Amino acid sequence: MAGYLIKRIVFMIPILLGITVICFAVMHLAPGSPTDLQTQMNPRASAELKERLKAMYDLDKPIHVQYWLWLKRIVVLDFGRSFSPDRRPVVEKIKERLPITIALNLLSLLAILAVAIPLGVMAAVHRGSIFDNITSVFVFVGFAMPTFWLALLLMIFFGIYLGWLPISGIRSLNYEYLPPLAALWDLIKHLILPVFLSAFGGLAGFSRFMRANMLEVIRQDYIMTARAKGLTEKRVIYRHALRNALLPVITILGLSVPGLIGGSVVFETIFAIPGMGQLFYMAVMARDYPTVMGILFMGAVLTLIGNLLADIAYAWADPRIRVR
Amino acid sequence: MFPGFWSRFKRNKMAVAGSMVVISLFLLSALAPVIAPYDPEQIDLTNVLAPPSSSHWLGTDQLGRDVLSRMIWGGRISLQVGFVSTGVALIIGVILGSLAGYYGGWVDAVIMRFVDIMLCFPTFFLILAVIAFLEPSIWNIMVVIGLTGWMGITRLVRADFISLRERDFVLAAKAIGASNLRIVFSHILPNAMASILVAATLGVAGAILTESALSFLGIGVQPPTPSWGNILTAGKDNIDVAWWLSLFPGLAILITVLGYNLLGEGIRDALDPRIES
Repeated sequence: MAGYLIKRIVFMIPILLGITVICFAVMHLAPGSPTDLQTQMNPRASAELKERLKAMYDLDKPIHVQYWLWLKRIVVLDFGRSFSPDRRPVVEKIKERLPITIALNLLSLLAILAVAIPLGVMAAVHRGSIFDNITSVFVFVGFAMPTFWLALLLMIFFGIYLGWLPISGIRSLNYEYLPPLAALWDLIKHLILPVFLSAFGGLAGFSRFMRANMLEVIRQDYIMTARAKGLTEKRVIYRHALRNALLPVITILGLSVPGLIGGSVVFETIFAIPGMGQLFYMAVMARDYPTVMGILFMGAVLTLIGNLLADIAYAWADPRIRVR
Repeated sequence: MFPGFWSRFKRNKMAVAGSMVVISLFLLSALAPVIAPYDPEQIDLTNVLAPPSSSHWLGTDQLGRDVLSRMIWGGRISLQVGFVSTGVALIIGVILGSLAGYYGGWVDAVIMRFVDIMLCFPTFFLILAVIAFLEPSIWNIMVVIGLTGWMGITRLVRADFISLRERDFVLAAKAIGASNLRIVFSHILPNAMASILVAATLGVAGAILTESALSFLGIGVQPPTPSWGNILTAGKDNIDVAWWLSLFPGLAILITVLGYNLLGEGIRDALDPRIES
């Protein structure tokens, strides 16, 4: 296991370097240079200030030297200071918002698993039944659904028409004065819609995948053996088949990380949730380049970590992987 | 080229429904100047946020513009974005996938590592970051969606090439001294066309979905040019007074994307009846 782990981590290094190259390339896409844009917007920028900015971003050096100097800062997560009026270091701004985004994404992953696994298994076991057909209609609509639109509709219905759920932020204004249980309920009420919607996107794909897995496993010889030795159908499905059908889910969990993180931009913006996604959106709108670059890099690194965790979990769950 | 394709395709009711949706959208877009009851950018400040009525079937927006007309013209934008960005993704994906699959070895290794690296970026992050540096114009949006959406096609084309390059007809072409270019373009690529076509159809759906989300966030197609996504932005701003601004454009996106997805799946099933989706 240790050997496998080391191998996986070593494989990550070239990918990580590649990520930095892409980030660096994106940064240099701007017509002119990052500092040009910053000083153009500021009419008071003197020639001297321009020079200082230029030196700060090493723009007076050849491009490979620029990359090297930038890389040295990135490995210690020094993304520079935000262009926004607060001028705070980007890494601090990300740090205070990252936990919210990760918590929301973990919640929606849990929601996806809790719904998609039973749905896929039932659809596969009762293949061709009305339930299976309804599920596949749901899957098709789910694939085509613009989730930000669904968010609007649910906000109108539950937030405005029924008035049951709040439609912005993660806590009410009087949050601090609420007793603990009421405060928890307040938080849950704020999270229901964002978590449901962020889970909705992955639900369709996941349940379809689960159904296909289950159909594949049910066909195997060991399932026939289990049936032949007279086990109840329940035992065959839930003990023998399900455990094997669940294995590939681990990989898909890892692969769904970038989609979830990317989606957080949309949901955090719609529901005014103070997470990394909202920060990214605000940074893009304000052309706060250091923040944009920092979050772009962090997003890719989070995906890489997600994939690594999935690989480790898979190797832990399935010994065949470790040996290979 | 594919025996039995049409008869199988016609029997698949969902696929036929999908192609009807796609054809109607083409017609609506082509005939937009004729069909649209109003000029989509004509402002009428005496009639803002009017609910659906006989003169404005789908109501008016915050500037009194006719929502139906804006949606018909917005359909044009969606179609344009869907096709151009899928085109960009196809060109990159087919070239890189062919190179990787045909040559194998280090070419393959380099290209596939590049794919792995690109897949690490949440697509939405990458698109937004690029848009932050460039201007959010419709052309930039189309190109950027294409530039961030070619990885799946590359993998697909590569897999097809790997399985095709060892086939007898390719070996035969090699034996009679055909050039690499000729083998790739006139022997292997035509046989990989089927899966490319399916991926392209599904790609159009994905691009339309992405564009609408970007326009909704205000970083896609910029007003006054109508797009389904930016009408929805107006819907969000007037969420408590004008439900029609939120309902109809989203429905249009849903039906369009569903149409392309059904068509794509239908083509796949009709091309290869063995694959069960």
